Amino acid sequence: MEIPYNVKSRPDTGLYNAKLGIWLFLASEVMLFGGLFTSYVVLRVNASAENWPHGLLNIPIGTFNTFVLIASSVTVVLGWAALKMNNFARYRKFQAITILCALGFLSIKSIEYSDKFTHYEIWFKDGHRQTGHIHQDGKKAWFWNTKTLAGAPAVKDAKGNVVKPASPPIAEFEFSPDATHYSDAAKHTKGEPAAAEHKESAHASGEHAAVKVKTADIKRLSAFVPAHSTYFAIYFTLTALHGLHVLIGAVVIAYIWGPGAKLWKTNPEQYVNRIEVSGLFWHFVDLVWIFLFPILYLL
Amino acid sequence: MAQTAHDTHAHAAHAEHHDHGPQSFWSKYVFSTDHKIIGIQYGVTALMFLLFGFCLMLMMRWQIAYPGKAVPVVGTLLEKLLGEPAKGGVIAPDLYNVFGAMHGTIMVFLAIVPLAFAAFGHYVVPLMIGAPDMCFPRVNMASYQCYFLGGVIMLASFLIPGGAAQGGWTSYSPLATQIPTDGQTYWILGMVFLITSSLLGSVNFIATIIQLRAPGMTWMRLPFFVWAMFVTAFLLVLAFPPLEAAAVMQLMDKVFGTSFFLPEGLFVGGQPADHLSGGGSPLLWQHLFWFLAHPEVYVLILPGFGIIAEVIANNTRKPLYGYRALVYSVLSIGFLSFIVWAHHMYLTGMGTKISTFFQTTTMIISIPSVIVLTCMFISLWGGSIRFNVPMLFALAFLPMFGIGGLTGLPLGLSYVVLQLHDTYYVIAHFHYIVAPGTIFAIFAGIYYWFPKATGRMMNATLGKIHFWGSLIFMNLIFQPMFAQGMAGMHRRMYDGAATYSLANGQDVIGALSPGIIKMNINITHAAFGLLIFQIPFIWNFFHSIVKGKKVTGDNPWEATTLEWQAPTPPPHGNFAEAPHVYRGPYEYSVPGAAKDYTPQNQAP
Repeated sequence: MEIPYNVKSRPDTGLYNAKLGIWLFLASEVMLFGGLFTSYVVLRVNASAENWPHGLLNIPIGTFNTFVLIASSVTVVLGWAALKMNNFARYRKFQAITILCALGFLSIKSIEYSDKFTHYEIWFKDGHRQTGHIHQDGKKAWFWNTKTLAGAPAVKDAKGNVVKPASPPIAEFEFSPDATHYSDAAKHTKGEPAAAEHKESAHASGEHAAVKVKTADIKRLSAFVPAHSTYFAIYFTLTALHGLHVLIGAVVIAYIWGPGAKLWKTNPEQYVNRIEVSGLFWHFVDLVWIFLFPILYLL
Repeated sequence: MAQTAHDTHAHAAHAEHHDHGPQSFWSKYVFSTDHKIIGIQYGVTALMFLLFGFCLMLMMRWQIAYPGKAVPVVGTLLEKLLGEPAKGGVIAPDLYNVFGAMHGTIMVFLAIVPLAFAAFGHYVVPLMIGAPDMCFPRVNMASYQCYFLGGVIMLASFLIPGGAAQGGWTSYSPLATQIPTDGQTYWILGMVFLITSSLLGSVNFIATIIQLRAPGMTWMRLPFFVWAMFVTAFLLVLAFPPLEAAAVMQLMDKVFGTSFFLPEGLFVGGQPADHLSGGGSPLLWQHLFWFLAHPEVYVLILPGFGIIAEVIANNTRKPLYGYRALVYSVLSIGFLSFIVWAHHMYLTGMGTKISTFFQTTTMIISIPSVIVLTCMFISLWGGSIRFNVPMLFALAFLPMFGIGGLTGLPLGLSYVVLQLHDTYYVIAHFHYIVAPGTIFAIFAGIYYWFPKATGRMMNATLGKIHFWGSLIFMNLIFQPMFAQGMAGMHRRMYDGAATYSLANGQDVIGALSPGIIKMNINITHAAFGLLIFQIPFIWNFFHSIVKGKKVTGDNPWEATTLEWQAPTPPPHGNFAEAPHVYRGPYEYSVPGAAKDYTPQNQAP
């Protein structure tokens, strides 16, 4: 006996097997992202305004990326419709745009990520905080934290070979502070004087000139990495998980587009089904981003 | 499109499944896509894990009864394998925590669910609904492989420096992430594989039950077992992903130093955890964990209900009482199980209003559970019962599950939990559900479907020895724990409260009496007794595969459901010709019928 309804729909359910399968899978995905969105709400409600970074993401870039992803959702439908109308060449064209959009989205996202990994916040021992960039030998420093400043002995493997050379402690480094700190807005609404901002109002925007910062004055140093705060923790977890979905979706669509296209010749109906199923997944990935963008960038 | 597709479709649809020729050993037994082989793979692997989890428990019981004494027989082996934590064959406190966490994890995620849900589900469900296989055979194979990998990761974690996870099977943060060993990282990675496995499997189950029912197999003609599996699969699809989300976040806490579940002002080992950002919520982990883990409790028991229903209908030779009530009850249980999770968290300080809400839903969910049990009890009424081995296990299941269920009711009330929380009473309660409950259902299922899978019967005498020994010793193990728990014995004390009871004296209130402590020794003896009575089963299982009495027909139990109408053992593709279903699942002793059972596919 063969497995029925692999390609044709079952009359009483109106579905072929894979279509039901992907909808069930998407239900579980809704619960997965639902768990993370719920965590976002809980973490945000628990956080004070000073400890919930705001305005550190680049909204124009995020908006552009949103449109890239929405465009890919349109082309995926157009590709599927073209194939339904038996126009394989047109399908290939549209689906190629879909794949390019996916890659574009991921590239832009990785630029955003690297931007965060070189952007820092310092908690000084006197209680004030500043964000900005650290320069070392004229280059941007990546992934520094409080431990980096203390230095570390060399790491050796069992045979005594040096795996990672020793890093000396850093007593002082060059820091270009940002004009404002994200907690200033929160202080304003509370009616407290925002001393830092008044002092700096001479500079309309952008970075101040580099200053020397002494390690001895620092309580905590962190790049905008997941460990920085619960905001960046949930930001990176959600966007990385979403990025993984984009990547997997793009790989699947590219496989069906390229080497998997042989199926069009032998079983076009099943081929169209595959486009439909992968398209459903793609729409879901888009939909997640449409929720992610406002809660992470705008709110 | 239909036009373009029609002519080519007929050829291509068959192209994918043309491998009915001779298969190599590897493709037939290891990388199989046949639902029956996958079911057996799940079953055998999970039985091994069941034994392994049981052995962990035996070593813990030894430590509880005889704290500080070397473990007999395996003590030297332990020291060789695990080194310092098992110095001189004695289980150190950290190792006891490892065993405790891994006993829970292995039993729930690697033994009981894979046995009750995956093994029986994979083997029996497609046969019962008259399908040639599951909807997605290759996904099915991937599901088993993910499960196997998850199991290997969990086992490997015992051997890394510091050993496996120590934070309990619940892995509460901050404890779980602040223990300085890597066991928790392995635990999370293992869980990610196990979650993926159960996700792939359960999507497949739901799709199969909806899409591949044979012609005439309407929803109300489905055997109750299929309904139980259907609801269980939905629980897994919807409840597991939030735990996956939580596992990802805990992994971030452990590896990337985030503070999802770590609050501000945390002290670890007396030192302020200044390097952390803080601001996270330990309660968040508990909510996400129990959002899975309470439905998981029903994942543990619903397949048991299903198996017991089949065995009871078959061996009472009469239809199940209240089939529709059973179906609607199991659906209500499925729905309600999503809104009772926080009754595990009454003492976390989440607030009395929330406690009251969950207390109410918890009381409500006991109603459909009682309906299920009552229907099964009433099914016995007026039946001419055949006391074969599967039926003995099924009959014992009813009161044992009853004890487990009824002792759970007090735990659903928030003020009773003040006394009973985290005591041996809790242990006794849920073990009554899972051990003489689900595990008895699993045994009933193994004895019942063994002839279909192998074409041979298991030995009934050995089966009865196995049954009576297991029944008696399970009760000797778990019954005293109720008393210990009510006396206030905490469930996580590695020396069985020996140190704690040193405080016993005239002016000490709440210390445990020597009688309560002494029960530890009795329980441990009973646990070893239980081990001895599993030997007849293990021998029976393997011996009967090759030497058991051959069945004379396809339907040795004279059952009505479709799996017994397939050839024995069913070949790849199951049925010789597609079955057509004409009647309900339990047409036993129909007045005027030729035999006392009428198979579902027998034309009227």
